[in-house]
Amino acid sequence: METTKLRRVDFVFRPDNTCIDVLRKTLQRDADDIIIELIDSGLKGRGGAGFLTGLKWKLAKEAEGDIKYVICNADEGEPGTFKDREILDRVPRRVLTGMAICAHTIGAKEGFIYLRAEYKFLAPRLKAVIAEMNEEFKKLGLDFCISLRYGSGAYVCGEETALIDSMEGRRGEPRNKPPFPVTEGYLNKPTVVNNVETFVNCCIIANIGGEEYKKFGTDNSRGFKLFSVSGDCAKEGVFELELGMTLADFVEEFGDGDTKAVQVGGASGFCVPRKKFKETIIGFEGIPTGGSMKIFNSSRSMYNVLHNYLEFFEEESCGQCTPCRVGCQQLLKGIEAVKRREKPAGYLDELVKLAKVMKVASKCGLGQSVGNAFVSIVENFREEIVY
Amino acid sequence: MANTEMFIRELADKYGRKRESLMPILQEVIDIRRYVDDEVMVNIAKELDLSAAEVYGTASFYSFIETEEVGQYVIRICKTIVCDMKGKDAIIEAIENTLKIKLGQTTPDKKFTFKTTNCLGWCHKGPAMLINDEVYTELTPGKAIEIIESYMHK
Repeated sequence: METTKLRRVDFVFRPDNTCIDVLRKTLQRDADDIIIELIDSGLKGRGGAGFLTGLKWKLAKEAEGDIKYVICNADEGEPGTFKDREILDRVPRRVLTGMAICAHTIGAKEGFIYLRAEYKFLAPRLKAVIAEMNEEFKKLGLDFCISLRYGSGAYVCGEETALIDSMEGRRGEPRNKPPFPVTEGYLNKPTVVNNVETFVNCCIIANIGGEEYKKFGTDNSRGFKLFSVSGDCAKEGVFELELGMTLADFVEEFGDGDTKAVQVGGASGFCVPRKKFKETIIGFEGIPTGGSMKIFNSSRSMYNVLHNYLEFFEEESCGQCTPCRVGCQQLLKGIEAVKRREKPAGYLDELVKLAKVMKVASKCGLGQSVGNAFVSIVENFREEIVY
Repeated sequence: MANTEMFIRELADKYGRKRESLMPILQEVIDIRRYVDDEVMVNIAKELDLSAAEVYGTASFYSFIETEEVGQYVIRICKTIVCDMKGKDAIIEAIENTLKIKLGQTTPDKKFTFKTTNCLGWCHKGPAMLINDEVYTELTPGKAIEIIESYMHK
């Protein structure tokens, strides 16, 4: 399969003071033209789920109704992810420009940034930049106004329909889909919800063009991506890399020389053991990630890692659907019981079955992905769970 | 108390009386009073023409909207895996000893409440904690104690 060499790039964090020129240029363009370029660029959502961004915009544009909304999902709660915080802190104008391009494309007049409560310290500066950019939009003749909303400490609100319910003053419980937010979103109006980094990529594509963007990455994973790297590392932090590299190359660059496993995609992602580093591609053809890369060396107990994740999910499950609510509890109790020898090691196989049921039966991405970490850790590090 | 009634009315004037005004109102109550009690929720329900149960349902869903009394400063230490690997247990112990309370408790003078929270998004600079909206990273037990003591004198 096609792979790339590990390569650092620098697009996202370039100074954002020229973004307004990109916007001015883009506002001259026809909406359909922007959508075609975006679809052709291959950009997929950077929050983790990886839906084709151009297609999302197309569906929202084609949806019926005069009132439409643009929402920037800054509810970055996935354990191990902190790239959106860096973006909002360092280049907020690039995000707001991406949102404005979206508004122009789909015909929205109002936009929101849904910022997680944990990042509220960013708000004063962010508000000032939003006010400045709203003025710039007016000057450019774009009828679009952005305002800031906050989360209040609920991981599940990163799921777009839960986020919308939260904005509507409800419990952040994911909705049944369809209908999708592109037709019935905020206040039941057509709504585009994109991740912070996705809007930044839209701004970059508007600037450099889809053709140039496509030169980066692989067939299935176009472009570049921010990675939040942490754990037992030689270097930690946010790094911008071309998509499509192997995990072996990644570990070579960032690991501490004793890497046992990498959790790709946060608690809802997959745990990859050392023996699979070479064959694992970081991207949509391999293991996709919203950016979270947590590196564990041989001193770490994978039981503790799994236990930590399950406690996390058990707390953050919204409780609405039974497979997720009860499943998270039982997986956690189950591995504790095996560890205490109250259950035989074979009980883990029952738990794997439960995790697989949760994958098909849960209502939203939260419950559906608990099994990713669970199955990959239990299958690859079974002895650490049992003994 | 008439005081609370006025307070909520002013917030409703500021944020509106629609269902989507509920979160901003609850969040500002938290900013000012640190928690929402029954009286606050009943008053919000009246202003927004909702049932009190609806307001409680929303408020109680969110971990940063406290529905029980908490201290003036809510300390939230990150317990997710990387902060855990980087020694959050030692930080918790240091803070417990300094404040003479356990996790989940509030000091008798109602100044501090000490809690854990999920990933704060500072894994590369863990262990990390929040005190109200303020972030503190790369904690050591010594540094954590210094920070807590600086709040004790506020």
